[in-house]
Amino acid sequence: MNEQKRIEIEADRILRLFSNSGAQIVQPDVLQRADTLLDLYGEDIRARAYVTSDPFNGEMMLRPDFTVPIVKTHMTGETGNETARYAYCGKVFRRQEKNSERASEYLQVGYEIFDRTDVIKSDTDVFCIVKKALGDLPLRVATGDIGILMTAVSSLKTTSSRQKALLRHLWRPQRFLAILEKFTNEVSLSTERFDGFQAEKSFANQAKEIGLRSKSEIIERIENLLQDSKEAPISTTELEVINSLLNIGDKCPQALIKLKDLLPDMPALGSAIEKFEKRLSALDNADVDLSSIDFEASYGRTSMEYYDGFVFGFYSENHINLPPIATGGRYDALTKHIGKGREIPAVGGVVRPDLIIQSKGFEDND
Amino acid sequence: MIKLGVPSKGRLMEETFSWFASRGVHLKRTESKREYAGYVKGVQGIELTLLSAGEIPTELNEGRIHFGVTGSDLVCEKLPNWDQNLEIVKSLGFGFADLVLSVPRFWIDVDTLDDFDSAAEAFREKHGFRLRIATKYHYLVREFLKSAGVADYQLVDSQGATEGTVKNETAEAIADITSTGETLKANHLKILTDGLIHKSEATLFKSKSAFFRKEQVNAESKFLAHILSD
Repeated sequence: MNEQKRIEIEADRILRLFSNSGAQIVQPDVLQRADTLLDLYGEDIRARAYVTSDPFNGEMMLRPDFTVPIVKTHMTGETGNETARYAYCGKVFRRQEKNSERASEYLQVGYEIFDRTDVIKSDTDVFCIVKKALGDLPLRVATGDIGILMTAVSSLKTTSSRQKALLRHLWRPQRFLAILEKFTNEVSLSTERFDGFQAEKSFANQAKEIGLRSKSEIIERIENLLQDSKEAPISTTELEVINSLLNIGDKCPQALIKLKDLLPDMPALGSAIEKFEKRLSALDNADVDLSSIDFEASYGRTSMEYYDGFVFGFYSENHINLPPIATGGRYDALTKHIGKGREIPAVGGVVRPDLIIQSKGFEDND
Repeated sequence: MIKLGVPSKGRLMEETFSWFASRGVHLKRTESKREYAGYVKGVQGIELTLLSAGEIPTELNEGRIHFGVTGSDLVCEKLPNWDQNLEIVKSLGFGFADLVLSVPRFWIDVDTLDDFDSAAEAFREKHGFRLRIATKYHYLVREFLKSAGVADYQLVDSQGATEGTVKNETAEAIADITSTGETLKANHLKILTDGLIHKSEATLFKSKSAFFRKEQVNAESKFLAHILSD
């Protein structure tokens, strides 16, 4: 049997598994409006997605994933109920600017849950069904929880504008650390240049006012910076908690112990850690062997920007250089962003049947 | 014949011609100034192909020309993995230009990428869309801003007169080539202190994908002996 046929059979098997567990099968369009995706991901999406143009509809993109179109359809209420489970199977398209060995189109089979009643159960359901789809392949499983990181940042004893700046760059680890470092220093070096700033005088010798960004926006930013420079720095204790948190990488049970060790210095982490612990026991009840699963506090930070809770990835043990065979996570904020006021907790995962076949291929050769 | 691709007009063409001439390779255009054709004197077996500077990278990559002169900025922009099929023979010492990120000079609160990033955030909140950067160097600018961790911007395409886009309110900032900075200044713009994206120079590239027959290999070594003489 040729490889393409094997991939299709595998995809079909997984889609059936997903739909048999109560999910409705959906088929989003291949062409998606570029503006939604650009607004969501920013310019980086252009490096990853194929952009086409259409004289009537403007820029369109070949879908780089299914999650966004499904959230869009769900949030406009087209599918009826607020609570829903969806399954899908189809190709996604990814430009590979640098890594030309990676596939630029491949099948994804996915499962998404929109449900506000029991988020821990939804997390566990998605994880377990993806795990089941992968059968007995030898896999390394990595998990994370962006929610813990967000809680830690939101509980820093500092201004809300500093918290906001840190949260905004949670997905850009280098920038995040640079900002954190800046906020930990006593004097804000970046405002020395505004000493003696006076809205009227300081502009006097400067060039003409051009463009959409106005003088009042500039004044407002300078005043905010001057105000911010008077704030007390983030304490070194809190800085250390964030650093230790970011460095946690262990099997789940040990990771839980390490997380709890942070509590005395940052009690506000309590509720997030409790949620993590509940998820662990739900996974344990579902017969998941926690001692074999990694937890990395930073996991999922460099992927697409919408995950904000539980995240996971399954990696081939046969062939460690393969991209993850399955990935997934929680994206509550995305539903709010796309839902324009409406929101619902949501979590999902996708499997790549082509990588299952490849991974099995390596097994056969051994 | 070995095909040598050279920019078909402007200062870049003139400077390329005189650079080769001073090494005994005389590139000539045909009598009609309008015809894009030429020939080579002083060394055997070389054919002159006049091309748009922006097309030379692709021609080299596809192996349709053996050698080509163009700006390193164009090669890096058009061919992210340029060193797979191209190699640098020599940097020619002219055509210096910097690809830089510039903002209006009256933005007295923005001097660095750090400022730019935070201004972009405030701009998006206020105006409801991402701060626009006009450029034709989409790949280089995006990679640069990505590695610097800048968010909340978007690139808008501008193939010419890019410095005017801010005043015309089709962009808030620009990323373009500058050599003296005079055009930026005249258009009320300033370069961010850490806004250097790429340093460009006219460069002679060799195509690794072009096919060299036996007699072409001989012509190549004579050609290279001339131009690598200094």
